[in-house]
Amino acid sequence: MRVPVDWLAEYAAVPPGTTGAQIAADLVAVGLEEEALHGGGVTGPLVVGRVLTKTPEPQKNGKTINWCSLDVGEANGTGDPQWVVCGAHNFEVGDLVPVILPGGVLPTPQGPLTVSARKTYRHVSAGMITSERELGLGDDHDGIIVLTRRFAGDTDQLARLVPGADAIAILGLDRETVEVNVTPDRGYCFSIRGIAREYAHATGAAYTDPVLALAASAPPANDRGYAVRLADEAPIRGRAGCGRYVARIVRGIDVAAPSPTWMKARLTEAGMRPISLPVDVTNYVMLGLGQPLHAFDLARLGAEIVVRRAAPGERMTTLDDVDRALSPEDLLITDGGGAPIAIAGVMGGASTEVTESTTDVLIEAAHFDPVTVARSARRHKLPSEASRRFERGVDPLLAPAAAELAVHLLVTYGGGTADAGVTDVGDPWVPEVITLDPAFPGRYVGVPYAAADVARILTEIGCRVEQVETDPVDGDAGEASEFLVTPPSWRPDLRTAPDLVEEVARIDGYERIPSVVPTTPGGRGLTHAQSVRRLVADVLAAQGLSEIWSAPFVGETRHTAFGWDAAATRARTVSIANPLSDEAPLMRTSVLTTMVDALARNVSRGAKDVALFEIGLVVDLDGPQRSAPTEEVGVHPALEVLEAITAAVPRQPRHLGLLLAGDRDRAGWWGPGRAVDVHDAVALVRSLAAALAVEVVVTADNPMPYHPGRCARVTLSDGTLVGHVGELHPHVIAALGVPPRTVGGELDLDVLTAASEATVTARTLVTTPLAYTDLALVVDEDIPAAAVEEALVAGAGEHLESVTLFDVYRGDQVGEGKKSLAYRLTARAPERTLRTEEVSALRDAALAQAASRLGAVQRA
Amino acid sequence: MSGPNTNFDPVAVAALDPAAIEEAVAAALAAAADATDLAALKVARTAHQGDKSPLALANREIGALPPSAKAEAGKRVGQARGRVSQAYAVRQRELEAERDARILIDEAVDVTLPTGRRPLGRRHPTELMSERIADVFVGLGWELAEGPEVEAEWFNFDALNFDADHPARQMQDTFYVDPPDGGLVLRTHTSPVQARALLERGVPLYIACLGRVFRTDELDATHMPAFHQVEGLAVDEGITMAHLKGTLDRLAAELFGEGITTRLRPSFFPFTEPSAEMDLRCFVCRGEDPACRACKGTGWIEWGGCGMVNHNVLRACGVDPERYSGFAFGMGIDRALMFRTGVSDMRDMIEGDVRFDAQFGMEI
Repeated sequence: MRVPVDWLAEYAAVPPGTTGAQIAADLVAVGLEEEALHGGGVTGPLVVGRVLTKTPEPQKNGKTINWCSLDVGEANGTGDPQWVVCGAHNFEVGDLVPVILPGGVLPTPQGPLTVSARKTYRHVSAGMITSERELGLGDDHDGIIVLTRRFAGDTDQLARLVPGADAIAILGLDRETVEVNVTPDRGYCFSIRGIAREYAHATGAAYTDPVLALAASAPPANDRGYAVRLADEAPIRGRAGCGRYVARIVRGIDVAAPSPTWMKARLTEAGMRPISLPVDVTNYVMLGLGQPLHAFDLARLGAEIVVRRAAPGERMTTLDDVDRALSPEDLLITDGGGAPIAIAGVMGGASTEVTESTTDVLIEAAHFDPVTVARSARRHKLPSEASRRFERGVDPLLAPAAAELAVHLLVTYGGGTADAGVTDVGDPWVPEVITLDPAFPGRYVGVPYAAADVARILTEIGCRVEQVETDPVDGDAGEASEFLVTPPSWRPDLRTAPDLVEEVARIDGYERIPSVVPTTPGGRGLTHAQSVRRLVADVLAAQGLSEIWSAPFVGETRHTAFGWDAAATRARTVSIANPLSDEAPLMRTSVLTTMVDALARNVSRGAKDVALFEIGLVVDLDGPQRSAPTEEVGVHPALEVLEAITAAVPRQPRHLGLLLAGDRDRAGWWGPGRAVDVHDAVALVRSLAAALAVEVVVTADNPMPYHPGRCARVTLSDGTLVGHVGELHPHVIAALGVPPRTVGGELDLDVLTAASEATVTARTLVTTPLAYTDLALVVDEDIPAAAVEEALVAGAGEHLESVTLFDVYRGDQVGEGKKSLAYRLTARAPERTLRTEEVSALRDAALAQAASRLGAVQRA
Repeated sequence: MSGPNTNFDPVAVAALDPAAIEEAVAAALAAAADATDLAALKVARTAHQGDKSPLALANREIGALPPSAKAEAGKRVGQARGRVSQAYAVRQRELEAERDARILIDEAVDVTLPTGRRPLGRRHPTELMSERIADVFVGLGWELAEGPEVEAEWFNFDALNFDADHPARQMQDTFYVDPPDGGLVLRTHTSPVQARALLERGVPLYIACLGRVFRTDELDATHMPAFHQVEGLAVDEGITMAHLKGTLDRLAAELFGEGITTRLRPSFFPFTEPSAEMDLRCFVCRGEDPACRACKGTGWIEWGGCGMVNHNVLRACGVDPERYSGFAFGMGIDRALMFRTGVSDMRDMIEGDVRFDAQFGMEI
């Protein structure tokens, strides 16, 4: 909301000389946040100048500048012509233009700029002729302002255009506008009337509600007015679409009559473009008082206005010349119940629009239901100044005063005559009374407000406060009274006791609220899952991986690139109805699918050796997507509803993604680097398992997006899948454009977390001497090392302490299709030293197990 | 070796002559002193302490002496051998020490050579910031709650008193899950966890929720479609707005330094009443520099929203507002990180460039 200061000062006693910045600071304290300050940026000598001479001088750079002399009266102290260089050409000798003299200050995006006489184009230019943009009046920078043209037809202004006269006042540059953000509960602050009231609350300045005088002077409703019938047969959520409809008629208007300069200035400053007198008047009343109005061309109306809901299939053409399909929820203003002439509170129709030939207008000042207007504006994507106000609540008592002001302005400036007939139909406004314990605000805020202060503040904001005695409660000898508070008509947002508490607290000042740290019953610290997440991240970072996070949006092409069945993957996730990019409308099912972008980005920025991890949620629907019920606000849903809500939320496990490219061990003075491979990924998994004291089993597997011969499946010892790691499939690498031999992995962190819940039971350490023996086996090439190790462990028995594979050999000595695996077994018995025969027996047993399970033979 | 010779005169045995023994000792000591390395000392030791050394030979002769002479000769030779042995041990230690010192010098390397065979990775600073904030709350005796990112509209809006037709619901720039009337959204704030926690844990309740939230903002220097919030909720008997202010002040001081407090400004949120915007005292200029770029000279930096939990939220979650009251607040973690570390372009936080993480340590 833009608030021109002089308009504000009409309703509230703003002390003379108060700056926009000061007003903004005052308004912040009552909850109106400053958005911007406009105007007031030009200071110093900006005067009217008459162009005496204008000499074009072509320059080497192709431009032509004008070397001009100007009559600036006595403003330059000498009365001599002022000489300036000007790059614009849209003026002639004799024109009156705004000239800023040395010492004047212009606003610029970089801050204030002080103009001085400077040498340019081989002249000393003592000032400049200014454009709209330079003065902050608009965006026009094509030429300078020609005052005679700007004020053509405005005799008052033209009379002020004397060389040397102060152009700051003439151009309204001394006027400031404060722009504030109005929160959606404060519909009344979408008006100068409302802002002025808040300014008065903030500063204690006197406030004059403009509505009081207007309501007093407005003629009472009578039966001679234009016939209006409210016929809403389908209220939304039990609320009638139109609570009140005031109609006034002004006849014989000259629609071509100009709006007064002051009105145009205020509209412009408030951010609206002046258009024509009838339009300007409706906008002016809306901005000033907060009541949206609509002006119909009376000649194009029939006998009666009927307000009704749209019929199924009904259409209308709105003011913007769009033919719209209407919904039965749309509330319409119709001509005699037939043709729609407006969507209530949203936009008027083309057929009854005020045009150049209009002479008689009907002014509509109505109160429409916020929900009806909000839904229509949303449905037709027509957020307007009117709908914005209705959605947030318009004062239901405002309509007659607003219509009166509009009629007055049309009569005064358009030369019209007001009809004696005044229409005012609808239901009387019945305020809801709020019961308030006078001690409640103090108890709720933590500031000891006296009951008298509570009553005073509530009265100040327009409430009626009635104190009633209540039956004293046993043992409670204190104040046995309560307040019955009737909020003012412009505050539909005040409905509950806490609403009133906010009013008391903000008017008294939030800065008075003390700072008290609450005492809690004590918490249990981080949960196991929360600790695990930190640990996993720390372990990975310690091993050279950098943590990233990425937006969880992907498209089907990414799934295809991963070698997945697009339809099957799609079935496991949900899609966004309004994605930022149509390329990525799906929620990710895998962290890797969004991490690869970060890898590609790192590589494109010159990194070669990149190791990344991300911990994040993915969507993993375990059945068809379900709908979640909703519920009215403030209602505790029934158990089955709550269960349906919770059950509809898709399963979202927390995954860990790993992605490594380039060298795992880098090259340097110490020697060559070592490229990352699948074993590095397995090692990372094992380090996490060790950190979490979880036993994992690694087996070969071949799902996409992995290289079918270089992928490990990771499970818990009970077979629960944890995830996969592996080198990415060459096709995937090509499709994604990531470096060759990129290694990735994705684990379900929830599975690892749950598995690590169990407490480890400590064993007593055996301190007897360690025995060891080596064993070289020959097995078929396709026997996995893990199977061999498992067999050795099973065979060696209870004294085995460790099995270490220290060599893998392939070649002539073992033959084609075979490999030799050399192990060192260490063993230890509690409370005694193992004898040589025992160690040999252990070794033989391990060998026998490997032989019987896997056909292993001892290497000769 | 011969048997005892009872007629033997020790003085007559040349090897046992005191002068000869002294001479042998002197020669041994001189040889030890002359040895300049351990190898030379070993040679000298063989010559002067070995089986064929004069003292060893002298020792052997003692056995042949008559018992009356054995004691004196034994004492003399024993003392002599002791002196030599000690001298050699001392010299051995000296030479070993010399050798060890020399080895250490020889083994010196250039410790300034670059390392970096496998550089340390890093945590993402947003995560570190989250952990830091979480720890402040844990320290206050609060617990950390979590919730899903694809969330039911009921939790994201209805439970939080966002009426379906209220403009506030439209102002959230929500990502809707398809179909749009299916009641699912990407959570626009961490506040739905308030409702989840109230339903799951009941009251009294002191929880913080840190997590990722989503708004339909195109990525640029100051906007991200996904970002991070911390939500706080305290519901108990007798909770006041002063408790809200106290908690925020404590958090601000813990994160940005002692003396950094907060300021509340009246505002509006559907799920709180009274509501407030929370400003943070500018931690750069502390409100003392009108030209400060961090706070644009206002002395305050906007940080988040807060207020007393709306009674409709308590009711929706089955909590009796007549008995319990609560406060809630929410602020951006990414923003807090920007304040704290001067990150100027939000894209750096989400793009996953490892150089971003690498600027920070593993604690923030």
